[in-house]
Amino acid sequence: MLKTIKHFWHILRQLTGDDAYEVYLKHHVEFHQATVDAPPALSRKAFFKLWQEGKWKGIKRCC
Amino acid sequence: MHKNFKIIIWAAVLALGVSAVSAIALNRGESISAMWFIAAAACVYAIAYRFYAAWIAASVLVVDATRATPAERLEDGRDFIPTNKWVVFGHHFAAIAGPGPLIGPTLAAQFGYLPGTLWILIGAVLGGAVQDMVTLFFSTRRNARSLGQMARDEIGPIGGAAALIGTFLIMIILIAVLGLVVVNAMKHSPWAASTVATTIPIAMLVGFYMRNFRPGRVLEATTLGVMLLLLAVVGGGWIDHQPTLRGWFDHDGLSLAWMIIAYGFAAAVMPVWLLLAPRDYLSTFVKLGTVILLAIAIIILQPQVHMPALTQFVDGTGPIFGGKLFPFVFITIACGAISGFHALIASGTTPKLLANERDIRMIGYGAMLLESFVAIMAMIAATVLEPGVFFAINSPAGVVGKEAVDAIAKINSWGFAVTVEQMNQLANDMGETSLFARTGGAPSLAVGMASIFGNAFGKGMLAIWYHFAIMFEAIFILTTLDAGTRVGRFMLQDMLGNIWPKIGQTSWMPSVIFTSGLVVAGWGYFLYIGVIDPNGGVNILWPLFGIANQMLAAIALCVATGILVKSDKLNFAWITGLPLVWLIIVTSTAAWQKIFSEDIRVGFFAAANDLSTKLAAGVLSPDKAAVAPQLIFNQQLDAYLTMFFVAVLWVVIIDMLYVTYKYLAGESRLPLTEVANEPSRLVENLVRD
Repeated sequence: MLKTIKHFWHILRQLTGDDAYEVYLKHHVEFHQATVDAPPALSRKAFFKLWQEGKWKGIKRCC
Repeated sequence: MHKNFKIIIWAAVLALGVSAVSAIALNRGESISAMWFIAAAACVYAIAYRFYAAWIAASVLVVDATRATPAERLEDGRDFIPTNKWVVFGHHFAAIAGPGPLIGPTLAAQFGYLPGTLWILIGAVLGGAVQDMVTLFFSTRRNARSLGQMARDEIGPIGGAAALIGTFLIMIILIAVLGLVVVNAMKHSPWAASTVATTIPIAMLVGFYMRNFRPGRVLEATTLGVMLLLLAVVGGGWIDHQPTLRGWFDHDGLSLAWMIIAYGFAAAVMPVWLLLAPRDYLSTFVKLGTVILLAIAIIILQPQVHMPALTQFVDGTGPIFGGKLFPFVFITIACGAISGFHALIASGTTPKLLANERDIRMIGYGAMLLESFVAIMAMIAATVLEPGVFFAINSPAGVVGKEAVDAIAKINSWGFAVTVEQMNQLANDMGETSLFARTGGAPSLAVGMASIFGNAFGKGMLAIWYHFAIMFEAIFILTTLDAGTRVGRFMLQDMLGNIWPKIGQTSWMPSVIFTSGLVVAGWGYFLYIGVIDPNGGVNILWPLFGIANQMLAAIALCVATGILVKSDKLNFAWITGLPLVWLIIVTSTAAWQKIFSEDIRVGFFAAANDLSTKLAAGVLSPDKAAVAPQLIFNQQLDAYLTMFFVAVLWVVIIDMLYVTYKYLAGESRLPLTEVANEPSRLVENLVRD
């Protein structure tokens, strides 16, 4: 039961983008850690700003 | 599961589906239970998804679960992210399902429940869902390229330009007609207007919360916002009872139109985080919640559909919009059956999240089936109303007369029973002063939803349910309006940037203001004309939107058919070719009639000429004569616009035929642009899940 609730919560967070920053951090660690002069990860606030602006550049809503 | 057992189950689904569809089609009684609609839809979707969609995925497209998708190959942690299929499904559905599937079926109910219902079911499983799925597949195989880019690469530069211009014009018409729907819902309704107005500061508050107070905590902020929205609905009722306050929100259509225009401009220029993004979160939540609630309510209540299967208006004399059953039912219901706009989401946006090609059937085909189901529910909500009430709410004053007595007499003369007292009582129950001539579909849908919710969850709160439904429609219509204006602005900046590079800089403020102003002026013009038109404007704008949207669908199907032929799948090209031929017939016939029909309620030129003659003869009342020159100009403009749409469509078709002919003749001009196969690294992980 607890597992189902956790799974649902996880999906809900993914759906809404609530976990976008964690996903980004994970990606950052996986892909940029190894590089010598990797840029430091963005702060939560700075990431969210970029993420939100990027999201609304194209056609995102329909009729 | 045992094979025989499966066969028995599917045979039962088939039998139930056939009996449900026959029950709907053959019923000639007083009323029919809405459960037949739900059963018919569920069975048709299940069979189509299990067999047709599975066959297309396996045998035509040949999806390859071992092949890396763009989300995996180009992963960047921001745009390209391999994502759980349910999450992608949610994003894709939230993106494709706007107000379209709610409005179209409501308007098309003037023909009776049957034509619209059949078209929603058949159009979705053979047309719309196929279009969405194949577009998603082809874009996934091409690094998530957009429809316009695919058209350019696979068919030629003309196809690409046509898709771009088509998209831009649809956006303009769509926003205008949606603006008109909101205006008609708020006209002289302080409750509705104050609730809708309050959604703006609520969205801004949520925006601040997510941006500055608790950055990125989307769920917290949205929960807060949704609670405030519900309070705003109740608060609107309180405002409605305050003599002074209510005056602030009591406006006629024209003032509301100007407010929407000012709002649209402000929203397009403002940063996204302040209004657009938070409003979108709220509207998505409210939309999904309401759709689920409506489905539950219909299943609990099992309401009776009172509209006849067919009305006399199939002959083209309908009050809501003029034109015969063929082709206009297929134009009026675009979203919900087949919508070209979806191809823009299915290419470009969704493929960037797709973790595995195997999910394409569920996301592309499945999400469209769900949208089609929303359209079926809208059809049920419209047709559970007594037909007399339905026509009283949706018929414009220009057709049935301004006075309640005249309108009722006219509707009674069509054979639909309704009385002035009944309409007054209904308006009173819904917390409104009048429900006559509230064209556009939103108010009648809200009355239908309120009566379903009221019956299922308690009758005491009809007025609250009504205004909740209005808020629900208004909030995502305004999201589409904001987002559409913004996209229109980007497209315009992109196009004008070719002439003057400076204007192409999306963050250069003078360019932002100039291009946003142009886009708002474009839809603002059509909205203004729609409001001053005594026939309600929806009757002109909605068919124009339908023609434009079906034209875009035809372009998407042309691209898909072209790619199928070029992939040596000529034998299977009918899966997109057949809906394409149907759309070409429907769109061209509708456009022909809108341009050349002698009937003044159908033909744009006929209407313009009729009005000029009357104006010259001096038989128009002073208020009608004052707006006549603008209406005449608008009808002519609409005729030229329709000609332009059809011309664009035929250019793309001829281009596609030429490219495929050349290919079949052995002279390949534009090679396929599919990205080379790269095995997926994720497959093992996915299998283990």
